[in-house]
Amino acid sequence: MKDKLNKMLEKYPAAVFKNRKEHIIVKEADSEQPQSITANTRTVPGIITNRGCCYAGCKGVVLGPLRDAVVLTHGPIGCGYYTWGTRRNKGRTEGDELNLLNYCFSTDLQEGDIVFGGEKKLRQAITEAVEIFKPKSIMICSTCPVGLIGDDINAVANWAQKEYGIQVLAFSCEGYKGVSQSGGHHIANNGLIKHIIGTGERAVGKYSINLLGEYNIGGDGWEIERVLKKIGYDIVSVMTGNGTVEELKNAHMAQLNVVQCHRSINYIGEMMQTKYGTDWIKVNFIGIKSTMKSLRDMAVYFDDPDLMARTEEVIAEEFSEIAPIMEEYKKICQGKTAALFVGGSRAHHYQLLLEDLGVETVLAGYEFAHRDDYEGREVLSTIKEDADSKNIESLDIEPDSTHYRVVLSQERLEKIKDQIPLNYYEGMMKQMKNGSLVVDDLNHFETEELLKILKPDIFCSGIKDKYVAHKAGIFSKQLHSYDYSGPYAGFKGAVNFARDIAMGITTPSWKYVIPPWKTQPMLEGSLIGGK
Amino acid sequence: MRQVAIYGKGGIGKSTTTQNLTVGLGEMGKKVMIVGCDPKADSTRLVLGGLAQRSVLDTLREEGEEVELDSILKRGVFDIKCVESGGPEPGVGCAGRGIITSINMLEQLGAYTNDLDYVFYDVLGDVVCGGFAMPIREGKAQEIYIVASGELMALYAANNISKGIQKYANTGGTRLGGIICNSRKVDNERELLENFAKEIGSQLIYFVPRDNLVQRAEINKKTVIDFAPEEPQADSYRGLARAIDGNEMFVVPKPMTQDRLEQLMMEHGILG
Repeated sequence: MKDKLNKMLEKYPAAVFKNRKEHIIVKEADSEQPQSITANTRTVPGIITNRGCCYAGCKGVVLGPLRDAVVLTHGPIGCGYYTWGTRRNKGRTEGDELNLLNYCFSTDLQEGDIVFGGEKKLRQAITEAVEIFKPKSIMICSTCPVGLIGDDINAVANWAQKEYGIQVLAFSCEGYKGVSQSGGHHIANNGLIKHIIGTGERAVGKYSINLLGEYNIGGDGWEIERVLKKIGYDIVSVMTGNGTVEELKNAHMAQLNVVQCHRSINYIGEMMQTKYGTDWIKVNFIGIKSTMKSLRDMAVYFDDPDLMARTEEVIAEEFSEIAPIMEEYKKICQGKTAALFVGGSRAHHYQLLLEDLGVETVLAGYEFAHRDDYEGREVLSTIKEDADSKNIESLDIEPDSTHYRVVLSQERLEKIKDQIPLNYYEGMMKQMKNGSLVVDDLNHFETEELLKILKPDIFCSGIKDKYVAHKAGIFSKQLHSYDYSGPYAGFKGAVNFARDIAMGITTPSWKYVIPPWKTQPMLEGSLIGGK
Repeated sequence: MRQVAIYGKGGIGKSTTTQNLTVGLGEMGKKVMIVGCDPKADSTRLVLGGLAQRSVLDTLREEGEEVELDSILKRGVFDIKCVESGGPEPGVGCAGRGIITSINMLEQLGAYTNDLDYVFYDVLGDVVCGGFAMPIREGKAQEIYIVASGELMALYAANNISKGIQKYANTGGTRLGGIICNSRKVDNERELLENFAKEIGSQLIYFVPRDNLVQRAEINKKTVIDFAPEEPQADSYRGLARAIDGNEMFVVPKPMTQDRLEQLMMEHGILG
C-alpha cells in the first residue's frame, strides 16, 4: 500500500509532495506511538480543495437550520443563493409559527454598494425583513467583500436591535477567514453562547438534554428525537437542526449535552461546561450498535434504574422491528468495501453503520476536521496554534454567577468516566482497521487515484466527486445531502441507509460503465518544475 | 496621446502641481484632460475656477444607467477637460474600487478622444491598494511623475511608490518619468532630490520653488498662470510643462532600502 501511495504522491511537485504526505496515514494497529496526522492547515495553492469557506460553516451549517431567525447574508447574491436549501437541513413548524427555512435573505450587494459602503442597504434589508416577517431574531452573516470594505455590521446590528426591539446578531464570518468552514463553526458557536444561550428560563423535565451538532439533514434529527422522546428525555434544544432561537435560549437549563458532530459544535459543549457546569458526552446515532451504545451511555450518566430499564425496553423494541430487514440487506452488502470522505465527523460515524452491514471502510477522511477529530481529544494540548487558528476568536468563559451548578458529584463523575465518553471524544482513527487509509483534505487527483488503487464498492462523498466515481463504475452516495434520501440516523434511518446502499451496489448500471481508462492505454506524464 | 499619472505623499501638492502644470501645457496649445482619482474630488478646482463638479461615481449612483459624458466632464481654462472620479466618504466602502469603476465608465463613455495630447491622473496620496494603482495598470498611464520634497517622509513615500511602479513596469509598459520637486525650502533640497532621483535610476525633472503666490492663487480658485501670468512662479510652471513635454527619460525605477534612504538623508539632507 505504501508503495502505491508513494507512486501517487510522486506526481506532485516536491513542495506539494512534502505537504500532502503529512495528511495521509496508513493505519498501523501495532504502532508503538499513536499515529499523528496533519489537519486543519491551509490547502496547498493549486489544489482545488473540496472544503467550504468560513461563511459556509457559520451561515450554512450552524445558523442556517434555525427556522425562526432571519439569517441574512450581507454580500453579493451568489453567497446567499448557493447556500439556499442546499444542505437539506429539514424543518417543520406547527400552526402559524414562523418558518423561515425556505427563504433566502441577502442584501445583494452591487458595485455601487462596494464603492460607497453596504451599511445603508443592510439597514434597509433588515427593515424590510422586519416589516414582512416580524421575526424575533435576525442574524447577519458577512461575506468576503464586506470584510474588505469594512462595513460595521456590529453597529448596524446594535442600531436594528434598538430600532425594532428584536435580537439582531452580527457574525463576521467572511469566507476568507481560516482554512476551511471550520472557522465559521467556531464564530457561530461564539455568537450563540455569548448572546442566546442562557437568556431563557423554561422549567425542564427529569432527563433534560440538549442535542448538539445534529443538523437534521434528511430528517436525521427527527428520527433521533423520536427515540429519545420515547425513552422519556426532555429535549430542551437541538443545535441546530429544526431548531429555534427560542429553544436555544433555555439550553443552559438542560442537565446534559449530547454531542453528535464534535467538530462543528464542541466549542459550545466546552463553553457550556465551564459556564454552566453542564457535562457533555459524545454520542453517535449513525449505526445500530452505536445508537444503542449512545442511548446506554446517556442512561449511565443519569444513573436512574427506571431510565436504564426504559432505555433497554426501547432498544429491544426498536431493534426487533428492524433486525429482520437489516439482515436481508446485510446479505447483499456483506464483504463490500467503502471509502468515505466527508465532514468533520461523518467519515467516522458512518463507518459504524457500514460495519453493521458487514461493509469494511478502507479509506476515511475529513474535509475540515482538526487533529482531535482524528486522534482524540487527548492531543488537544499538543495542537500548535498557527496564524490561521489564532485569527478566529476564542472566548474566555467564566462560570455564570447565577446559572452555574454541579450536576454530578465528583465521585460519580470519577466512577463513570471510564464507562462513557464523558467530556471526551476518542476520534476516528482508534477504531479503524489495520492497513486502512486516513486522508485529510482529500482532493480530486487523490480521489481518482485512490479509487483506482483501492477499488472500493462504495464511495461516500459529496456532489463534486459523485459522478467521477460513477463514471469509474463505483457506486457513490452523498453523505452531505444524502441524495434526496434519509433519514439515516437511529434505528429506522439505518434501514433507509441499508436500502439505499443495497440498491446502489446491486444496480446493473455499473456493468455498462466502461470508462476510457479500462479500454485505452493511458498516457503517462510527469510534472517538471516547481520546487 | 500621452497618459500621465501623478503620485506622491498626501499633502505634497499633487493637485496644485498637476493643475498648474496642465494649464502650462494648455497655454502651449496642448489638449489636456485631467482625471481626478481622489475621493475628495478636489483635483480640478483651480482649472474650473472653483466649480465643484459632480463626480463620476456620484452621477453613477444617482442616475443609474443613464450616465452621459456631458454630465461628468466639464471644461476649464484653455479648454482643459476635467473629470472627478469621486468616491465614498472617509471610513466607508472602497475608494479603490471606485477608481476602477470610474475609469472603466470613462472609457465606456468615450472620454478618451483621439484629439487629446495628454490625460493626467491625479492620484490620492500613497498607493494604498490595487484600486489606486488602476491608472498605471492595464496600459493606461504609461508615464508617472512623483511629486516630492526634501522632507524624509515625502521621499519615503516616493520610494514606496517606486516599488509599486516597479511591480507594474514589469508586467505592463508603465515607466517613471521623473521626480518633481515641490519645494519646502528644507536644507540642501535640490541636491538631495537630484541624488535621490539618480539613486532610483531616474531624474529630477523640475524644481518648483516655494512661493506664497501659489497659496494666493488657490484662495482665488485659480492656477498661478491664470492668476498672475507675469510673475516668476508662473514661469516656473511653464518650465515644468516644457520639461514634461520634452521629456525623453523613462525608466523602471530601482527603489532603495529604508536604510539606504536614511543614509542618503544624512549625506545630503543636512547643510554644512
